[in-house]
Amino acid sequence: MIGKLESKIPPGPLENKWRNHKNNSRLVSPNNRRKFEIIVVGSGLAGGSAAATLGELGYRVKCFCYQDSPRRAHSIAAQGGINAAKNYQNDGDSVFRLFYDTIKGGDFRSREANVYRLAEVSNLIIDQCTEQGVPFAREYGGLLANRSFGGAQVSRTFYARGQTGQQLLLGAYQALCRQIALGTVKMFPQTEMLDLVLVDGHAKGIVTRNLCTGQINAFAGDAVVLATGGYGNVFFLSTNARGCNVTATYRAYKRGALFGNPCFTQIHPTCIPVTGQHQSKLTLMSESLRNDGRVWVPKQVEDCAKPPDQIADTDRDYYLERKYPSFGNLAPRDIASRAAKEVCDEGRGVGSAGRGVYLDFADAISRLGEDTIREHYGNLFDIYQKITAEDAYKTPMRIYPAVHYTMGGLWVDYNLMSNVPGLHVIGEANFSDHGANRLGASALMQGLADGYFVLPYTLPNYLAGQMGKRPSTDHEEFKRVESEVRARVKKFLDTKGDRTLTSFHRELGLLLWDKCGMARNASGLREALEKIPKLREQFWKSVRVPGEGESYNQSLERAGRIADFLEFAELMCIDALERDESCGGHFREEHQTSDGEAQRDDENFAAVFGWEFQGNGNILRPTLHREPLHFEAVHLSQRSYK
Amino acid sequence: MNFPLRIWRQSDRQSKGKLVEYRATNISADTSFLEMLDIVNDELTERGEAPIAFDSDCREGICGTCALTINGQAHGPKHPAAACQLYMRSFRDGETITIEPFRAKPFPLVRDLVIDRSALDRIVQAGGFIAARAGSAPEANSMPVPKHNADRAMEAAACIGCGACAAACPNASAMLFTAAKVSHLAFLPQGAPERTLRALKMVRQMDAEGFGNCTNTYECEAVCPAEISASFIAKLNREYARAILQRSAGE
Repeated sequence: MIGKLESKIPPGPLENKWRNHKNNSRLVSPNNRRKFEIIVVGSGLAGGSAAATLGELGYRVKCFCYQDSPRRAHSIAAQGGINAAKNYQNDGDSVFRLFYDTIKGGDFRSREANVYRLAEVSNLIIDQCTEQGVPFAREYGGLLANRSFGGAQVSRTFYARGQTGQQLLLGAYQALCRQIALGTVKMFPQTEMLDLVLVDGHAKGIVTRNLCTGQINAFAGDAVVLATGGYGNVFFLSTNARGCNVTATYRAYKRGALFGNPCFTQIHPTCIPVTGQHQSKLTLMSESLRNDGRVWVPKQVEDCAKPPDQIADTDRDYYLERKYPSFGNLAPRDIASRAAKEVCDEGRGVGSAGRGVYLDFADAISRLGEDTIREHYGNLFDIYQKITAEDAYKTPMRIYPAVHYTMGGLWVDYNLMSNVPGLHVIGEANFSDHGANRLGASALMQGLADGYFVLPYTLPNYLAGQMGKRPSTDHEEFKRVESEVRARVKKFLDTKGDRTLTSFHRELGLLLWDKCGMARNASGLREALEKIPKLREQFWKSVRVPGEGESYNQSLERAGRIADFLEFAELMCIDALERDESCGGHFREEHQTSDGEAQRDDENFAAVFGWEFQGNGNILRPTLHREPLHFEAVHLSQRSYK
Repeated sequence: MNFPLRIWRQSDRQSKGKLVEYRATNISADTSFLEMLDIVNDELTERGEAPIAFDSDCREGICGTCALTINGQAHGPKHPAAACQLYMRSFRDGETITIEPFRAKPFPLVRDLVIDRSALDRIVQAGGFIAARAGSAPEANSMPVPKHNADRAMEAAACIGCGACAAACPNASAMLFTAAKVSHLAFLPQGAPERTLRALKMVRQMDAEGFGNCTNTYECEAVCPAEISASFIAKLNREYARAILQRSAGE
């Protein structure tokens, strides 16, 4: 049983907490560091930067990733930029303002102390990445350029074309490569973590499957760091890479780690819509397009099949401008996403699948000229053209919201350690910094903050008491978990049913999208909670996983991930049902203001929900642990978009 | 749309591979090339046959995982684009499509269309980095970089590491890949202290992996999804010559 959740937030005024904590943290001396082995799972911005930094400090690191190279982690796909409180623009930015914007953007559902620390170390990240050779955009004078982003009133976003995630990841990857060459980090690509091993209640190892050979192995360490990203692919269609999954964090949850706020998912309003049944993923288009594009659908259902140029202006419903006259097309992400869903639910969606709305640049082109629009958005129009074969200069774009980030994740304390001693969780995989809604350009900031500048300071707080306690993989716990993993792999292959993995994943995704997506309500969530266990049961009866276990078998990889999604989806719905309020991306239809805005209930829900797995093989209702959120520096207010 | 397919099947490195004929039927023009393969794989699974192994991840052209030779061209007929950015509307209905892995000796085959590109990682490990310890970095704006240099560095840094350059090259040369990293870091003042050693070590590793030499065919540039210019190869040659001269002068 887990007692009260200890967030371990240091005492003292907000702006001194991190400094005091560093001063009071334990240290591991340089001579002793090489005696510790650290397992890092994941090689994206968080995992890559953590593995490189810990290796540089002298720890012996083993880093695992499912991709064929650490450089391919999904952080690579982030486009927009990374925030920092440098105030290079002299426009009044500060650590406090970045902190405040982030905590308000998260709709007051994150920890003040964590977010303040994030804002504080943001500046170090820019220094570090610049020194690594990240080619940030620059002014003619040679100094770093900034742009404004995500509704902030200051320009604090650093960027490298539309490929900021790629460049930051390559910076971390190169640092990692250097450590691999020096021998401090041993890299295990194409190796997927399938379970966590606890010895005497401490996380002391993992069990993995080598994706090339199918070999199942155990690895022991003095501490385990999970940096395995988000679980957006539970929805089947998302902007995540194909391989992104919940397995590492979900397996840790089943071994006792609390899952924090699993229902907090972010749905981005401007993605290229689904074209048909066989679509495998969705592509994000920068939100900046809404600066000049007007969003509309036909007023009449009958008009939806007509080409857009044959629908008269008076027959068009510019619904964002109609509903939110002051913000119009620049309504915030969650509002814009939900509004698009509503009009499509009414049958007024456009495109072959009926799930799309127009983003029309005709007015902007006639006002500013095609050249100006090309200059501002040319690369986005090109991406759109590549995917849809349509020329958005001539005909309106079609867009639709899509899942692209998950704020929920494993619960961690201020040291980024979960309730399981030794198990640390960083980056998107933890729940900590974004509350109920992440602001643009904050994900890259958090991943690198955790890896370069937080975990290296907080990990010794755990390690200092653990000298010589690393078990051998001959320990019976390793043997037990390993045999459980083997049995599970065998079970997939032995089921020999007649349904494909895709059909299960798609069915789960559609159900979740419908009932636990942009808008949720109690009866829909209850319905999902009835259907998910049935689908899971069917899966284990009738799934077909071809091939063998001891070989390169992509179907087997997917089977494990989908099986975990089939359990995790239930946890998401339980959390969404329990959180009987609306906040950020979690919109409960029962709780909205008269004009359709999210209505928080601070009295009852200003808390982190940490879920504890119950059951042994079978799945019972998890136990809820609440960590109340205390706000001292900020005043809780209703976010207003009017 | 319907497509006769000829796809390379090989169960592992040791066994002999061959082109096997399949059919992709009832495919909509909006289906991506990899989604077409997903459909074929689901049909194979339903029929109880082994699905075709092929690699992909982000499916938006940035991670560099997909590595298919389509009708003889690395990443297929549309340039610049990775195979995942290719759509079936780029093919004629009924057209036979031949799909093979990227072929180059330093990329050993894993299964079917999947190859091992760890040779590229080892080239970076040899010197494709700037040694910058977290905590040691000076203030970011303390060292201005002319915009032109920063832009050139970014053009080179855009490489997605897919290996198409080596697959397309008649000599299986990885010069474009190596040149992109050497150039990216050579254009920046932060990269200056390790400039000489970096060029020497990366080129040495590239040779050790068994990649061939550049003979200016420019196939690499033609297929590169990130539009890396072959002029960076000239830059690498200059960097390497400079490094050799410095070394022989004992500097």
